[in-house]
Amino acid sequence: MGAGFIVWLKDIWRRVPKGAVIIILLLIATAVFADFMALHDPEIGDPRQRLLPPVWGAGGQWSYLLGTDTMGRDVLSRLIYGSRISLLVAFSAVIIAGCIGTVLGVIAGFFGGWVDQVIMRFTDAWLSIPTVMFGVLMAVILGPGVWNIVIILGGTFWSRYARVVRGQTLSIKSRDFVQLARIAGCGKFWIIRKHILPNVFDSVITLSSLQIGIVIVVEASLTFLGVGVPPPKPAWGLMLSEGRGGLLAGYWWLVIFPGVAIALLVTSFNVIGDWLRRYLDPFYRNIE
Amino acid sequence: MKRYIIRRFLFGIVVVWIVSVMIFLATRIGPDPAFMIASPGADEAELNAIRDRFGMNEPLPVQYFIFITKALQADFGESIYYGLPVAEILWQRLPASLLLVGTAKFISLGFGILAGMLAARRRGSFTSNLLRWFSFLGLSMPNFWIAMLFILIFSVTLQVLPTGGYGTFWHLLMPAFSLGWYFSAGYTRLTESSLLQVLNTEYIKLCRVKGLSELSVVGKHALKNALIPVVTLAGMNIVLMVSGAVAVEMVFAWPGLGLLMYHGAVYRDFNVVQAVILFISVMMVFINLAVDILYAYLDPRIRYD
Repeated sequence: MGAGFIVWLKDIWRRVPKGAVIIILLLIATAVFADFMALHDPEIGDPRQRLLPPVWGAGGQWSYLLGTDTMGRDVLSRLIYGSRISLLVAFSAVIIAGCIGTVLGVIAGFFGGWVDQVIMRFTDAWLSIPTVMFGVLMAVILGPGVWNIVIILGGTFWSRYARVVRGQTLSIKSRDFVQLARIAGCGKFWIIRKHILPNVFDSVITLSSLQIGIVIVVEASLTFLGVGVPPPKPAWGLMLSEGRGGLLAGYWWLVIFPGVAIALLVTSFNVIGDWLRRYLDPFYRNIE
Repeated sequence: MKRYIIRRFLFGIVVVWIVSVMIFLATRIGPDPAFMIASPGADEAELNAIRDRFGMNEPLPVQYFIFITKALQADFGESIYYGLPVAEILWQRLPASLLLVGTAKFISLGFGILAGMLAARRRGSFTSNLLRWFSFLGLSMPNFWIAMLFILIFSVTLQVLPTGGYGTFWHLLMPAFSLGWYFSAGYTRLTESSLLQVLNTEYIKLCRVKGLSELSVVGKHALKNALIPVVTLAGMNIVLMVSGAVAVEMVFAWPGLGLLMYHGAVYRDFNVVQAVILFISVMMVFINLAVDILYAYLDPRIRYD
């Protein structure tokens, strides 16, 4: 097991887009070890050190590498702690959405008939609702908070999973090995657990890696609009909305750095998602 | 074919009905909007008067019935914040939204098709890689951040474009670009893959054998067929654009549906919020329906069940 795992790991490492994977791993490490990496408190600023430019600007200080905001809080420390919120929200929301969508999709595809009809019409309804707008509405109703955002995003993004998983289930259901299992007298839930779920897993993972970027951007949008993660938490979207006030005065570092952080995270997830789609798709796998 | 269309249409109606129930319930489970409208420290009688005025004292099913019968007649009630009929405000804001989305669509499609063609014809060349990366970048940047970057570059540093507002062509540029960039990546990728597929077909080979110029083969004969999926995606993306525009409209104070909905949600003006979301969802359902029917019409291989 041990040696085999290492061989598998080496083999995977040869194929993955290394830059993106390294960035994601670094950001996860940043989120985990934020307490050791940040020099300053992310939520309490020093009023004497307000609006310092980054270290290379006029009056920049080495202990405030990327400058400070209007309340004298260190931008870099806030960015470091912000990675926690972004990753936490993104992963939890995608896991919730993936679970709801997979369960509904498998049920709809496997049982068919009116169950399928009801579930798919609900899925259609969810797919046609404008995501950001519905998110704003729900966030206003539920009130600000990290977990409320997770619930809202998880409760919105499941529809795509349901659609994809249902399609997969339908095609797997008609394959010989499932038919044989049926003839052999296997129970429905046994077939779902042993034959359907393992086979839809690949698509769920691929879809997740592509969805996670969108989830991060939508979370940042809701927070930017002031209905997501509440202040004084160091969420990247919140930093951008606070930086917006200083935009015309030329405090560019308050706007540039949080945006770069979001873009870096989302690009990495998108690159990995793109690669996964090709890697897990048997058609592409044979070519490469 | 006829049966298929009727069936799809009925599905569309069911979906719209589910959406309307969902949005209606969402606005009723929250805190009592009467508190938001009443002056601070209002007593129960005053609150009740407000609830009576907006029909919030009836039981929920009755409220929903009233809401849906009125909505079917394009009457979404009165806006609590603006004091005007919601339908009237909606019509006022629609042109600005359509202008923004139309321009963003034009920009993203134009760029996507060009970049996709280049990518398909000159795989791996410097220009095609550059364009591909440029469009891919749009996928990773939140549109409101692009918007602020544009303000920083074009309004603060270069001082050539206005920071926000509505009216002239110059006001339109930055919002449209920040909204459109995200979508160009999808069109680039789709144009590339579908063009590559079409270029492999027999009829294109025939064009080549006939001795047509490369420009005529790719630009005229291949592109026509390759663009069908791209245009479909563009149609389905319209609604995504309208709803994704909320943050962009806020940054630029662009008076579209997104800003209307956002203010409605913040001020607990739920009649407005309901109307905007319902309006957009219905648009989405019918665009999807139109695409499905068009496809079934164009491609006889699609099974009607």
